[in-house]
Amino acid sequence: MQKMLVVDYEKCTGCRLCELVCAVKHEGVSNPLRARIRIVKWEMKGIMVPMICNHCESAPCIAVCPTNARTRDEEQRKVNVDYDKCIGCRMCIVACPFGAISFDPYASKIISCDLCDGDPRCADFCETGALRYVEASESNKQRQREAAEKLYESIRKFTATYTG
Amino acid sequence: MALNRKIAYIDLSSGKIETRPIPLEIRKMFLGGRGLDMYLMYNHIKPGIDPLGPDNVALVSAGLLVGTLASASARTHVAGKSPLTGFVGSTNMGGFFAPEMRWAGFDHLVIKGKAEKPVYLWIHNGQIEIRDGSNVWGKDVHETQEVIREELGDSDVKILTIGTAGERLVRFANVMTELKNAGGRTGMGALLGSKNLKAIAVRGTMDIKIAHPSEALEYNRKIIRQITSAKVSQTQGRLGTNFIWGATNTQGLVRVRNFQLNQLEDSDDIEPEKLDEFNIGMTGCFGCQVHCRGKYIIPSGPYAGVYEEGPEYTSIGAFAGEPDCRNPLTILVGNHLVNTYGMDTLETGSMIAWAMELYEEGILTSKDTDGLDLRFGNDEAVIEMVHRIANRKGLGDILAEGPLRAAQKIGKNSIKYLIHVKGMSNLHSDERATTSLALGIATGSRGSDHLRSRPAIDLYHLPEPVLRKIYSQPVPYDGPLSSDYRDYEGKPWQVFWHEMCYEAVDCLGICKYHTTFLGATLPNFEEWSKLLYYNTGLEMSPLDIWTVAERCYNIERLFNIREGLTRKDDWLSDRYFDEPTKIGIPSVRNRTLDREKFKKMIDEYYEHHGWDENGVPRPETLRRLGIDKEPSHML
Repeated sequence: MQKMLVVDYEKCTGCRLCELVCAVKHEGVSNPLRARIRIVKWEMKGIMVPMICNHCESAPCIAVCPTNARTRDEEQRKVNVDYDKCIGCRMCIVACPFGAISFDPYASKIISCDLCDGDPRCADFCETGALRYVEASESNKQRQREAAEKLYESIRKFTATYTG
Repeated sequence: MALNRKIAYIDLSSGKIETRPIPLEIRKMFLGGRGLDMYLMYNHIKPGIDPLGPDNVALVSAGLLVGTLASASARTHVAGKSPLTGFVGSTNMGGFFAPEMRWAGFDHLVIKGKAEKPVYLWIHNGQIEIRDGSNVWGKDVHETQEVIREELGDSDVKILTIGTAGERLVRFANVMTELKNAGGRTGMGALLGSKNLKAIAVRGTMDIKIAHPSEALEYNRKIIRQITSAKVSQTQGRLGTNFIWGATNTQGLVRVRNFQLNQLEDSDDIEPEKLDEFNIGMTGCFGCQVHCRGKYIIPSGPYAGVYEEGPEYTSIGAFAGEPDCRNPLTILVGNHLVNTYGMDTLETGSMIAWAMELYEEGILTSKDTDGLDLRFGNDEAVIEMVHRIANRKGLGDILAEGPLRAAQKIGKNSIKYLIHVKGMSNLHSDERATTSLALGIATGSRGSDHLRSRPAIDLYHLPEPVLRKIYSQPVPYDGPLSSDYRDYEGKPWQVFWHEMCYEAVDCLGICKYHTTFLGATLPNFEEWSKLLYYNTGLEMSPLDIWTVAERCYNIERLFNIREGLTRKDDWLSDRYFDEPTKIGIPSVRNRTLDREKFKKMIDEYYEHHGWDENGVPRPETLRRLGIDKEPSHML
């Protein structure tokens, strides 16, 4: 089964190591501007949300691309860019509902997550588990289990009082 | 390139700004961060100047590895002549300011003179502007950052700022970024305040080229696992530094009632696990996988609903241990107040506890406190005093002057009750039973200080072979080492070793929690040599890095001597030697420090440094380190 990148924003501590390793892996530099992932923060409220390409099954960026430079790779379940076809019109940036595509002014090209070709660095470095690269069947399991545990506790307390 | 960041000289009096590259030769001698700041400080600050006058210089820097793949590579260093002590002013804070400053193209700022009206600096991609700060003067630490971001139209701007305490020149005012990253010690907030410099805003999108990207990535992966696999890192990642309270209070190693007791008894309500009940998550600094910072919402009272970060070990000491209080709310609120006012939590807590003892002794009366019942255990009084110090009201105005000046003003032998070294208060730890920790605070270059040289692992009773392995590299040592923290043997070398370790890591801009500070298996010189090579291409052996640390620490010593430091300043107050500990576990009870043995430790400590019996660096030491000539103003 193919893997997918799963984001749990509740576990993100906002360290931005993912941004750093992404930029170094792809461009050999430390520069968050050139990372394909961004931690969007409301610092004064302590809220951090990792924002990354969701590799949509029915991607608006693919639909809008005039040269078919953006395609879907079914093997790795991700959206690809063919830079030979890309004309840099940036329509994909406009179309993406998550703002996951950006323009790298140094390389002069649009950039978005390519899952590091099957071994995403960000997930590898993220020790909190906010970013995990897991089997598709696992994508909701952890959250499901955590929620079920809370329900279990409620049920247990209720039946205990009910049965006296 | 990590090595091509610039240095900027900013004259706030004339408005003149000059930028220059930092020569490779300088990097090889001082690396960056604190080390290079000490060199700049020695060159650019004339001896004997008023620390709150326009001739003082504020130095702000990012360590050499900040923003690179070096685990938590996030730290900012601020330096200048200390308004609190008159000696080395030096402070360090985490967060995200330093990486942003590097992405903006700068590693070091040298800020001179005094602005006519409040200003802030705006640094972005190679450009520096001095902007009108009247919009933010008078605002607290949190609000200032929001206003500046709004004004500059960019929510990604990172800001180093002072609070109103710094504006009012409280001598232990701090510099801060985000909610609680604080550069607390030595009053650097007052230094910036004296220059009418409210804040420094940075935003950068320039590349920092990594010398060997694949190796750097692989090695960072390895070093992070080395750090997070350590038990101490995991504990810290869940409880923050509060866990240290649990460990030390249980033994009897904390100061209570300003030295009268060495343990806070019946304090279950503020044990780390209890404080953890208020915790709603963890956060941390740039690149860090330990994430040791708690998040909480104040549960009740006038500040109910406020989001804040922390608290830390020092906050527990300041708002519970020292004033003999046991209310979690006092800690949570006290932490919030010092964060928004921009004041050193440690100094604030120590000053209040000292005032409480004076009140108990009748040296301060209710007339001096304007009716405030300043007895130990009075939570309301603690919080009220924080306000009065920050706003310089009544007794607060006197305490805001720091330990020595306050004692002078109050008179009546109040100085006898001060727990300080060189005019700076001590952390709330009680070192009567821990000789190496005592030696560290007596000799630290910025005054009483647990971060210059604390060999915290000495508390773990590590077996001798383990100690031998750590302390025999990168420089050989075959002297004695003891696993007992009450012994006097081997401690001078331990303190010296940790001094070099922390100096080096402060030059690199990496967090001390990622070093052999709290954990015996955590990185030091060997690892930094590799980090430097993979990230910057700079080839420095572990011994080279040690030598840089030695060089920089000697410059700190020279600066202090130039400002009048002598051997007698490397000592502790009489209470450490004359008043035995009253409680705690058996091995800690009834302990004092022995004057003769302590004197011998200082002698040995000086020897290891290559200093004479007065603590003055010998000519051959300075020659060996290449700083025997008056610095040639290479920078």
